[in-house]
Amino acid sequence: MTSLTKDQTPARPGGPVLEVRDLRVWYGTDRGPVRAVDGVTFDLRPGEILGLVGESGCGKSTLGRGLLGLLPEGAARDGELRFRGKDMLTLRRREQYRMRGSELGMIFQEPLTRLNPMMRISDHFAETLRAHERRISKADVEQRSLEALRVMGIPPTRFRAYPHEFSGGMRQRIMIALALVLRPAFVVADEPTTALDVLVEAQIIRILHNLRATYDTSMLLITHNLGIVAEACDRVAVMYAGKVVEIGPAREVFSNPQHSYTRELLRSTISLSTTGLNFIDGAPPDLTDPPSGCHFHPRCPDAMQICATTEPPVRDLPGGVRAACWAAEVAHGRTLDEDARRPLPREAISVADEA
Amino acid sequence: MPTKPESPDLSQEDAGPGDDVPPGPVIETDGLEVHYRLQGGALARVLGLRTRTVKALDGVTVQLHRGEVLGVVGESGSGKTTLGRALLGLAPSTQGSITYRGRDGERLVSHMKGAELRRLRTDVQMVFQDPSAALNPSMTIEQAVGHPLVVHKIARGAELRRRVHEALERVGLAPVERFASKYPSDLSGGQKQRAVIARAIILDPEVLVADEPISMLDMSVRAKILQLMLDLKRDLGLSYVYITHDLASAKYFCDRIAIMYLGRVVEIGPTEEIFANPRHPYTKALLKAIPDPDPERMLPRDLPRGEIPDAAEPPLGCSFHPRCPEAVAACGWESRDLRVVLDQHWTERGADFDTERRLVGDLDHLDAPSKRATLGKGDPAAVLALMEGVRAENPDEPLWNGVRSMESDGSKVVVEFEEGVDPALRRAGGVDVACVLYPDGAGSDTAASD
Amino acid sequence: MRAPRFVSTIWNTKGMARWILLVGVLITAVFLLFALCAPWIAPYDFNQTKVDGVKFPKLASPSGDHWLGTNDQFYDIYSRVVWGARTAVLVVLLSIVLSAIVGVLLGLVSGYVGGWFDRITLFLMDALYSFPSLLLAIVFSFMLRERIGGGIVAAALSLTAIYIPQYYRVVRNTTVAAREATYVEAAKAIGAKPATIMRKYLFGNVVQSVPVIGTLNAADALGTLAALGFLGLGIAPNEASDWGYDLSRALDDVSAGNFAPALWPGLAIILLVTGLTLVGEGLNETLNPALRRRRLQKVTLPPRDTTDPEVVR
Repeated sequence: MTSLTKDQTPARPGGPVLEVRDLRVWYGTDRGPVRAVDGVTFDLRPGEILGLVGESGCGKSTLGRGLLGLLPEGAARDGELRFRGKDMLTLRRREQYRMRGSELGMIFQEPLTRLNPMMRISDHFAETLRAHERRISKADVEQRSLEALRVMGIPPTRFRAYPHEFSGGMRQRIMIALALVLRPAFVVADEPTTALDVLVEAQIIRILHNLRATYDTSMLLITHNLGIVAEACDRVAVMYAGKVVEIGPAREVFSNPQHSYTRELLRSTISLSTTGLNFIDGAPPDLTDPPSGCHFHPRCPDAMQICATTEPPVRDLPGGVRAACWAAEVAHGRTLDEDARRPLPREAISVADEA
Repeated sequence: MPTKPESPDLSQEDAGPGDDVPPGPVIETDGLEVHYRLQGGALARVLGLRTRTVKALDGVTVQLHRGEVLGVVGESGSGKTTLGRALLGLAPSTQGSITYRGRDGERLVSHMKGAELRRLRTDVQMVFQDPSAALNPSMTIEQAVGHPLVVHKIARGAELRRRVHEALERVGLAPVERFASKYPSDLSGGQKQRAVIARAIILDPEVLVADEPISMLDMSVRAKILQLMLDLKRDLGLSYVYITHDLASAKYFCDRIAIMYLGRVVEIGPTEEIFANPRHPYTKALLKAIPDPDPERMLPRDLPRGEIPDAAEPPLGCSFHPRCPEAVAACGWESRDLRVVLDQHWTERGADFDTERRLVGDLDHLDAPSKRATLGKGDPAAVLALMEGVRAENPDEPLWNGVRSMESDGSKVVVEFEEGVDPALRRAGGVDVACVLYPDGAGSDTAASD
Repeated sequence: MRAPRFVSTIWNTKGMARWILLVGVLITAVFLLFALCAPWIAPYDFNQTKVDGVKFPKLASPSGDHWLGTNDQFYDIYSRVVWGARTAVLVVLLSIVLSAIVGVLLGLVSGYVGGWFDRITLFLMDALYSFPSLLLAIVFSFMLRERIGGGIVAAALSLTAIYIPQYYRVVRNTTVAAREATYVEAAKAIGAKPATIMRKYLFGNVVQSVPVIGTLNAADALGTLAALGFLGLGIAPNEASDWGYDLSRALDDVSAGNFAPALWPGLAIILLVTGLTLVGEGLNETLNPALRRRRLQKVTLPPRDTTDPEVVR
């Protein structure tokens, strides 16, 4: 894989919160190692929300957890991962543990399973705050918790209620408030609104969108809903088979997708303006044995000979977009010889080969 | 690329495919109610006290015309899934009727029991939301898809095998040999949903109730399954009830749409009319809330607050009024709404929460619905001033439309609310809508429906 | 249930669970061999006291004719132990199969039908379960002795009743949970009758824990059978060889300093109980998803290809 060493900047004010360089996260199964994350590179600036989209099984959840070091036993990481300039891959386990919550946060999909039904909301906050600031006073706990809850739209009168007294949307707001009460610099939100209703989802997306006004938190928002990315995120990374195939400003990527996969993904999404159904044939590859060349070539409608043999280079394109696609290469003026450009005959894909 | 098929011509009011089929909608509900008894807490159960009733469906009247796709759209708790289950007789109705007009003439589903109800299932079938849960983990795909034929003693042996293979091929699970002997755990989500659909069509039904058939699937598969359902509808002459929370897919897929909220239909009409000219504030809110990848769309500012209320204790008046940005005086304002507004005041400006809370006192009594609310203990003048302050800070808050009077009775502040009405479905333009903003006769440019 | 997957799960077990299972299966297999081939393995019949008209000596020491000696009833101890394995296996197998059939059926119907039938059955089963099992076995054994005598069937039946509640409770609870599953709703939606739903949709999914309970109960049943025999309520000595009975007869000899008559049947009981327990625990760890930990393999990342770095700016 390419070593995408951009200028390696140490921690400096205004610099990226998170620098990820050619990160790999593999984990073992009976069938061999799964290359869930296989050479991912990106930066995250302070207060920025980066959307991470892709089909299920493309490695987006593993990437999110891998950034926080929450990995299954036996998994391995390498590459570079710097948080505020600090190398996270060589950090000791205890140090990592200490940073989680206070500097790194995580928001999960299922809020009910993450809250202890026997503990009041106030107790959850007290426990979280005390775990990182042992000497914090009771008044401080209350003041800071209420502040976090208020930002998430939970009335202070409900502070001493139990989790079951809240609706699903309220519980997710509480989970987000809990993740933010320590003001972490970086939060991973893994499908935070998937289990929620449309209106509640919209409410929470709006709150996430407005977070930067209150907190200076950077966020990696993992979702399969492209609409959410368009509305809440500054930039978007499109992931396919363990690799980020396109990354750039959300508006730019959605209005002018460079990678064939991004384009097909957008076309297959059913939205209010849908007038015909489109879909991507085939299923994402088995990550224990991904295809050669560009991983997307077996499903790509405009695959060329070169796509099957050679991995496309990562290219910086106008508009702040970075993509790895041979078709984009050609579109941006690179000349390939006749043989390489010849359309790839597609192997027959059965109708039911799908995710 | 395939495009949306022509919607059936509804002007020839259900002429039907042949003369052996009785005229009229293929399925029709009239004032359908499905109420569940809920037992209270552990203590109440021991003492046999206080059973509450949840009105999962509270007077639903809809028609499914032959060859049509009727969308039933709502949030969870709106009763849309219960409606789908009731159409198959899986949720027993407590009031009202369901009429099915099929090959054997006109039948009342709501009065069927036992064997008769089981026989109905050869005509009305269901596709479930979660394909992984809808297939028996210990049956092969061939067994699962063929089981309806076995259950109804329609086919066996070679004939059974032939029909199963035909159904599997029809839903795209081909080559059949690759899938027939597999167990559900060996298939992907989309493949499982195809198997579920194959099982539903193998009895050659007339109506398919599809309960969120694509919402659990991966986004790259959703369009494929929707296309499959359109193909099946065309080839087999099916009628669909498409239950979903996703307005975008409903817009593409449905001929007519019923918007449900808390057990009732609040707006129903042709898809184009609903989307071009949404009337009920809830429909408008749902439309605004759809996240859209179109970068030109902006985030909506006026989303309704809160979530769908508890169906065991629905709001007075119109069920949507506590969240409605357009609510007026007659919407059914009550004590619980006052609490919401106070909570909102404290959430948004919490500076004086402690002092104000002490002034207002305990609010729990407001949770019992009442048209008259009392506030404060001791200093009524101060409480009144506080309430006026809350009103001044957000005068556009719809609640204040419904406050008839707010005055001190010497020891407490008494808030009285305007009388509310519970709006019924009424004709408005090309649709029917249940909202006080559309009173009888308003915009009745088309003749009132049957 | 799918036999191939079931077997492969056990085969793929690793670590402690595998050893437990292996040792347990080995011990149990030896006793099963005894039970199956008793006529060929044992030199004499279980109630044989003489050969060719010559009476066996009483309480003889081990010799070429009697490998483990004889006991106070002139029986050959080795033969009694081998035949005892047949008795134990028969009684335990019969009682476990019977109680599993009754328990699973009752549990399935009770859990699926619900209502008053469920409540009454649940109450009865709980009452049965709360009795000390040995006491219950003694009562049943007394009652059955008068009607069908003291044979193997009577012993098995008196043990059956004790174990029904265990299958009932597990199956009923899983049925109550599975009843709400979408695939059961789907079965209703295709028009399946309740009996079909129970047979085709619930049965296969709720009996998965039965093999584990079965093997664990087998160990317990063996102990109870021995206790019954020890108290003289088990199998009559002329009907079959019973380790518990032999053990109780041998107690006086122990005080007289002769250990052999007590040692061998006692050892047989302990070994088989241990073997069955190990099988049960091993199965439990392998098949019970709550206890099973999927072992993830450790990954070592291969070095990167350094040949193709092509970065275009």
